[in-house]
Amino acid sequence: MTGFRVAGGGPVIPNFGHGSACLKNNGWFCPEWVREHWGDILQPALVQHIELTVIAVSVGFGIAFVLALVGFRFRLLNAPLGAFTDFLYAIPSIALFQLLVVFTGLTVTTIEVALVSYTLFVFYRNIVEGLRSVPAEVLESARGMGLTRRQTFWRVELPLAVPAILAGVRVATVSTISIATVAAFLLYYGLGGPIFQALSEPDIFRTELVAASGLAILLALAADSLLALAQRALTPWSRLG
Amino acid sequence: MLASLFVDTFQFIGDNAQLLLQKAAETAELAFTALGISILLALPLGLWLGHRHRGLFFALGVSSVGRALPSVAIIGFGIAWLGVGFWSNTIALVVLGIPPTLTNTYFAVEGVDRDVVEAARGMGLTEPQILARVELPLGLPFVLAGIRISAVFVIATATIAGLFGGGGLGDIMANQAAYGLAGVLAAAVCVSALALLTAGVLGLARNAASHRMAPSA
Repeated sequence: MTGFRVAGGGPVIPNFGHGSACLKNNGWFCPEWVREHWGDILQPALVQHIELTVIAVSVGFGIAFVLALVGFRFRLLNAPLGAFTDFLYAIPSIALFQLLVVFTGLTVTTIEVALVSYTLFVFYRNIVEGLRSVPAEVLESARGMGLTRRQTFWRVELPLAVPAILAGVRVATVSTISIATVAAFLLYYGLGGPIFQALSEPDIFRTELVAASGLAILLALAADSLLALAQRALTPWSRLG
Repeated sequence: MLASLFVDTFQFIGDNAQLLLQKAAETAELAFTALGISILLALPLGLWLGHRHRGLFFALGVSSVGRALPSVAIIGFGIAWLGVGFWSNTIALVVLGIPPTLTNTYFAVEGVDRDVVEAARGMGLTEPQILARVELPLGLPFVLAGIRISAVFVIATATIAGLFGGGGLGDIMANQAAYGLAGVLAAAVCVSALALLTAGVLGLARNAASHRMAPSA
């Protein structure tokens, strides 16, 4: 947990001689600190955090989609693939980050690999469940209309699985935003950086803690709301029921 | 390298069984205290709101805000507020443990067939009786599923408290310098075992509850 200061871009602890009364008393939220360090600490961390999340969720979705197709098509493989994603999800994050360092070093790649592996659990489950949930009568009528297996998949099963898949995207995105903050105990990156930095001060630097955690929470809520809107827009039929 | 790491991990478990057990007990104490308190708070609230068919937005809000809370930040708040210690971590874990139990309990009770509830009311049961004898038993599988999610989450998150001197298996996981990567992984194995064991017990309880509720006809 040392060395954050160097990576963090300049001194963060306020100069107690010149700081405002709020900073001198280590208040819970001193707006002037946030204004002053938005550009050099908070905004870069926020941007990094969004990048981490978008990449992890996209890559995780791609991998899980392929796995889910395999598990859906070949039923025998469904249980082992599900168990594999369960297993990955059950590895405590602090340990997984450290294990991956052996292979990919103290890099952003390490963080991404861990984040991707945690998304697989939610994605795999939701995609397979979504595909499975298509009623037998619907498949029967698709066959009756002369659709081939491939056409049935792309035109019937996959569209009907969209609500479940999007629900998975929401859960995976929000939990990725949360887990990504843990990664900063290894590497100053994302919103976890300022959070751990604030916590590593002898007297926990409250304003930085509140500002960075607040941004993480707001980011998660914003992502969740945006995806909820996307869910409504993409599945207009679900509002009828 | 991976193979030797695997061997080293189990070697560590064999050589340090005493230490791991003691640390696992600390983690269990922290996690189960927090889980117990979160159930004590979430269960009655969820039951009451569900019974009254009120607070849908509250229940949904708690679940989405709950998922959005980064555990590191919540544990950090606990420490910033109360200093490093058992109770600061416990309070943080309680906050993180409440949402799944609350949301599931709410929807479990809210979703009970209204005709059944009406019938019970017609038979002269008081509102608390309806809740205790009709709605809770019918919703129990779903309630237990929520508690199970809370339990696994709280146990996993209790290790993050180790990064800030929270004790337990997290102490080992956060201290690769002293215990080596094998020690970190050994502690992780213990955490997973504790979580899976707890989930298994709660899963059995859930199955028993839903089995009991299955129509006997």
